[in-house]
Amino acid sequence: MGEDFQASKPIYMQIVDKITSEIVQGKRQTGDKLPSVREMAVQMGVNPNTVQRTYAELERLNIVETRRGQGTFVSDNKDLTEELGRNMQDEIIQSFIQKMEEIGVDRKQLVALLQQYLGEGQ
Amino acid sequence: MALVLENVTKSFGKKKALNNINLSFEKGRIYGLLGPNGSGKSTMLKLMTGLTFPTIGTVTLNGHPVTRKSSEQVAYLTELDMFYDVFTVEETVNYMGSQFADFNIEKAKELLGELNLDSTQKVKSLSKGNRGRLKLVTTLSRDTDAILLDEPFSGLDPMVRDSIVNSLLKYIDFENQVLIIATHEITEIESLLDEAIAIHYGNVIGQESVETLREEQGLSVLQWFKQISREQGEG
Repeated sequence: MGEDFQASKPIYMQIVDKITSEIVQGKRQTGDKLPSVREMAVQMGVNPNTVQRTYAELERLNIVETRRGQGTFVSDNKDLTEELGRNMQDEIIQSFIQKMEEIGVDRKQLVALLQQYLGEGQ
Repeated sequence: MALVLENVTKSFGKKKALNNINLSFEKGRIYGLLGPNGSGKSTMLKLMTGLTFPTIGTVTLNGHPVTRKSSEQVAYLTELDMFYDVFTVEETVNYMGSQFADFNIEKAKELLGELNLDSTQKVKSLSKGNRGRLKLVTTLSRDTDAILLDEPFSGLDPMVRDSIVNSLLKYIDFENQVLIIATHEITEIESLLDEAIAIHYGNVIGQESVETLREEQGLSVLQWFKQISREQGEG
């Protein structure tokens, strides 16, 4: 069985995130065919109905398209990877800022800390 | 609706094994009957396959009351097995093929390969894990409306469990079959389930869609199960 899933988030959304991240990383290219629902279910060790929902959600987000009788493909949209990448970056930055604010670091301090950290890293 | 239990109570003498159960199971879905040992899970499966009958209430399969003959339409993996020790794996499969009209020998052979079972080996010399695999092969190879699995993972190591989960996902015919898994090992099957049904001393104490639980309550099935069991203990 392939994957471990967090309790706090629906499994189908966790697979949406995983596939999206694979597209951003270039592991899946625009126009690539995704495994069939059943194959993906076996790979992930999840219920096929869950994968069905994942694919429906990806389609709703225009990340994939279903071609009748052929299967599901990563959308043939050149800007897709870039767009998904930007969204993902936004999400990570947002959650980072939120966590820092929760522990009392204001935005000015945050920038300074980040510069310091990255400077030291070089 | 494939399998329906209506107002089902099952008593053994004075003891109520199941108390006024109302459940329905649809094809194309996977259900988990979850509960500790002795909670009534196995009794419920036996009622569905016609091995025992309700004291009160009705059990129907595709609209017809379940009888002894219903075992023709229901594949049932029990905790015990009834294999003949002197048979080889292949002879066992062929024998099952001769006993059940719906037994799909082709599927069985594919499954034997998939689960790395040696057809020439004698049942007697199979390891516990391989015996568990063979049980699954003979159950999944039947083209029945319902597949009932009673503790399919019991006593098997994680590798065997994974291969069993894999074969379930590959070989269940979702268009036509309903799969019901009774187990106390919740984590193993959580991601497989559409619905989780919690049983506690003969009562259904909860029924939830696995994804709804996560979406609305942020709970895994195990967390949910612990929570409602605790409430039962307090109440």
